[in-house]
Amino acid sequence: MARFNLNINGTQREVDVDPSTPLLWVLRENLNLVGTKYGCGIAICGSCNVHVNGTVVRSCSMPVSTVGKQEITTIEGLSENGDHPVQEAWLEEDVPQCGYCQTGQIMTAAALLKQNPNPSDSEIEMAMSGNLCRCGTYVRIKKAVKRAAESQSNS
Amino acid sequence: MAGGGLVLGFSWLASCKDEAAVEATLAMPDEWFEINGFLKIGNNGVVTAMSPNPEIGQNVKTAMPMIVADELDVDWNNVIVEQAPLNTDIFTRQLAGGSQSIRQGWNSLRMAGATARQMLKQAAADAWQVPVAEITTAAGVLSHKASGKSAGYGDMAAAASKLEVPEEVKLKEIEEFTIIGTDRKNVDGKDIVMGKPLFGLDVQKEGMLIAMIVHPPAFGMTFKSADLESVKTMQGIKDAFHIVVYPEGAERQWSDGGAIPEMVAIVGESTWQCLQAKKALKAEWEAPDKLESTSDHDKGLAELLAKAPKEPARRDGNPEKAFAGAARVIERTFSAPYLAHNCMEPMNFYAHVTPDKAELLGPTQTPEFLENTLASVLEMPKEKIDIMMTRMGGGFGRRLYSTFAVEAAMISKKMQAPVKLVYTREDDMSQGTYRPSYMVTYRAALDEAGKLLAWHVRAAGTNDGGVFENRFPAGALDNYLAESHMLPTQVTTGAWRAPRSNFLAGAENAFLDEVAEAAGKDPIDFRLELFDRAINDPVGDPEKNDYDPKRYAGVLKLVREKANWDAGTPSGKGRGVSAYYCHNSYVAQVLDLHMDRNEPRVDKIWCAVDCGIVINPLSARNQIEGGIVDGIGHVTYSALTFQNGKPEQTNFDRYRLIRHAEAPKEIETFFVDNGIDPTGLGEPSLPPISGALANAMYRATGTRYYHQPFVGSKQDQRVIG
Repeated sequence: MARFNLNINGTQREVDVDPSTPLLWVLRENLNLVGTKYGCGIAICGSCNVHVNGTVVRSCSMPVSTVGKQEITTIEGLSENGDHPVQEAWLEEDVPQCGYCQTGQIMTAAALLKQNPNPSDSEIEMAMSGNLCRCGTYVRIKKAVKRAAESQSNS
Repeated sequence: MAGGGLVLGFSWLASCKDEAAVEATLAMPDEWFEINGFLKIGNNGVVTAMSPNPEIGQNVKTAMPMIVADELDVDWNNVIVEQAPLNTDIFTRQLAGGSQSIRQGWNSLRMAGATARQMLKQAAADAWQVPVAEITTAAGVLSHKASGKSAGYGDMAAAASKLEVPEEVKLKEIEEFTIIGTDRKNVDGKDIVMGKPLFGLDVQKEGMLIAMIVHPPAFGMTFKSADLESVKTMQGIKDAFHIVVYPEGAERQWSDGGAIPEMVAIVGESTWQCLQAKKALKAEWEAPDKLESTSDHDKGLAELLAKAPKEPARRDGNPEKAFAGAARVIERTFSAPYLAHNCMEPMNFYAHVTPDKAELLGPTQTPEFLENTLASVLEMPKEKIDIMMTRMGGGFGRRLYSTFAVEAAMISKKMQAPVKLVYTREDDMSQGTYRPSYMVTYRAALDEAGKLLAWHVRAAGTNDGGVFENRFPAGALDNYLAESHMLPTQVTTGAWRAPRSNFLAGAENAFLDEVAEAAGKDPIDFRLELFDRAINDPVGDPEKNDYDPKRYAGVLKLVREKANWDAGTPSGKGRGVSAYYCHNSYVAQVLDLHMDRNEPRVDKIWCAVDCGIVINPLSARNQIEGGIVDGIGHVTYSALTFQNGKPEQTNFDRYRLIRHAEAPKEIETFFVDNGIDPTGLGEPSLPPISGALANAMYRATGTRYYHQPFVGSKQDQRVIG
């Protein structure tokens, strides 16, 4: 076990865990931030996506010992009241079915739009293809990403 | 019956609800009054509607309360929805399966709302001393025109809650609906996009331990021994033990399908620590004389297909004679592999079992059946067992078999502590109740003019018979023969979204396309001619034919019009059509695609659906779209194969699921507006789409696709995430 001081959603949080513990489980079980989901554990499905210094990272495959001082943003930190343009677009398009993968999808989309505010269809497809949705909401996800891009460019 | 404050004693979900967000839009009442098991009305008119059935992403948690609220006649914005716990005194069929929640709940949901409205009217009539028949309602307000009196539901809720529930009550006419048939957003939408704790895996309780299991690595194997002591000393591990989940003599029912009676349980403080112990555990397993491989299953199915079963499932006319005298006979064989359900949320369950009580909370599609099994394995009366459902990260049939909840309960009992059992993805994929593998041979006899004289289907499945003998084209031609075989296997199988239909529909529609081509006919015309026969002069007892040919033909005609089928395929595209009836609903689809190297890229799908009254078109379209993407994905990419009883794919690195860039670009859905009581919606769009896809791929490539998955061999499934 070892102590780590983590910068999570703008707040310093201390945890005492095995250094090999993936960030995913630290978030979920030590910090009670359960919006980041476990899907595969091998960095394939994207359900566990968080932002590390603004870049999308699979938290299931990032040992907590490698986080250091980097800034971690989880879905809980994307916005306080669920009013990030991507979250609003997701609601407007009524994207979720089961909803389990959607926080990971939203984190990927938010990072994409930060980097590329007006992505083309194929850029959206490429960026979002790292996130599995077993319910098959891809058609609505694309609409929501486009809607979020529009709303950001209008604001 | 009146209760003070939020009367939600069972509600883990309520405690996780974002009360601040609710209060921002809805003022909480000082007092709630329970009108019936489905409804509570606050003194300020806010309504709590219970959603009785498990929510697996089919959106019944929005749709079921919409039905209640419409008959109650309230403003939907004034309704709070709660997931009901298992309560067999109040609710019937609290089950997510067979696309039946709305169809079978329709009357009771309407009655719950309508009787509550009648009780509110009666309370107002009593208060105002006027005839109840003169009272009208609108959006949660009671009015009496002659006296000019009016009151909100909240004002009459206390009095109404004390009245007898009327046995008969007039339901709304369809034209009077104000909520049913309108677009309403997912009631959990905001919590979902904010990452609130909604799912079983999110459950955290005081003193709760994490449990994991180690099950036999191959189907057919059983527990022999394990070096438990070495993992017990690992950091954070509380215990490790061999456990008999289903003791000898314990009752088993269909929902225990796939149950593994004995395994190893590891209990610890955190998931990661349990996972390390699980990896470190050395266990030995007993192997039977023969462990099955996919090649054994394929060989077994092929051998069955080569011979006729003792009795046909259905035989009309004289098919043998018709085939013997045909100008042309077409025969094709189709196959499909096992599939895993792969819900994004792996199986899990919270259980706290004490000598007096069992509390269970988690994702199950069959809480009532689970309760029966728990009563048996825990030797505890049902009254002492509480089961609550979380929102589920997908179901697809997997969570009909809640053996993981039974495991959680038995582990909790042994530990004398609350535990949350967590499956890894590998546990989930390798301990499944899989979609069976199937093979089917179709034969069609044509005369010189291209008329279909006879149809013969012979199908075989692993642990499943292979045909629906009374579905189309049964009843639409004189000579018909349907035969079914089952191959018993060690690999456990179960319902997977649209069981059996998920294979047969695609195979049948691909075959129909090939027969229509051989007959020199347009594939839609070819089907419509058969439906004409079934409408005008059905073969056999029409009651026996398991479809309504008019509604079937109706969706085909609708999709033909919407897709502008008669204008022909756009250049550079392949276009295919398909139609199917299952779960009491009719679906027809036209699909346009182009090929990108050897993979289909679907440009557009037109989908016509007849599922009767659509409760919530916004989410109904979502279900249709999801079923289509699910269907295309699995038939194109997915397969589960076995080598000596072991699944060869245990995670998404080797089990390929459809991804965003591979999904259709556009799906347009058209519902038939016919006012018929609602039927299934969660499953029916999936089965036919593989037929439309295969037919479009043929048009684009000149190759017919008979064997699933269409892309990639079974040995080459590795993908990069």
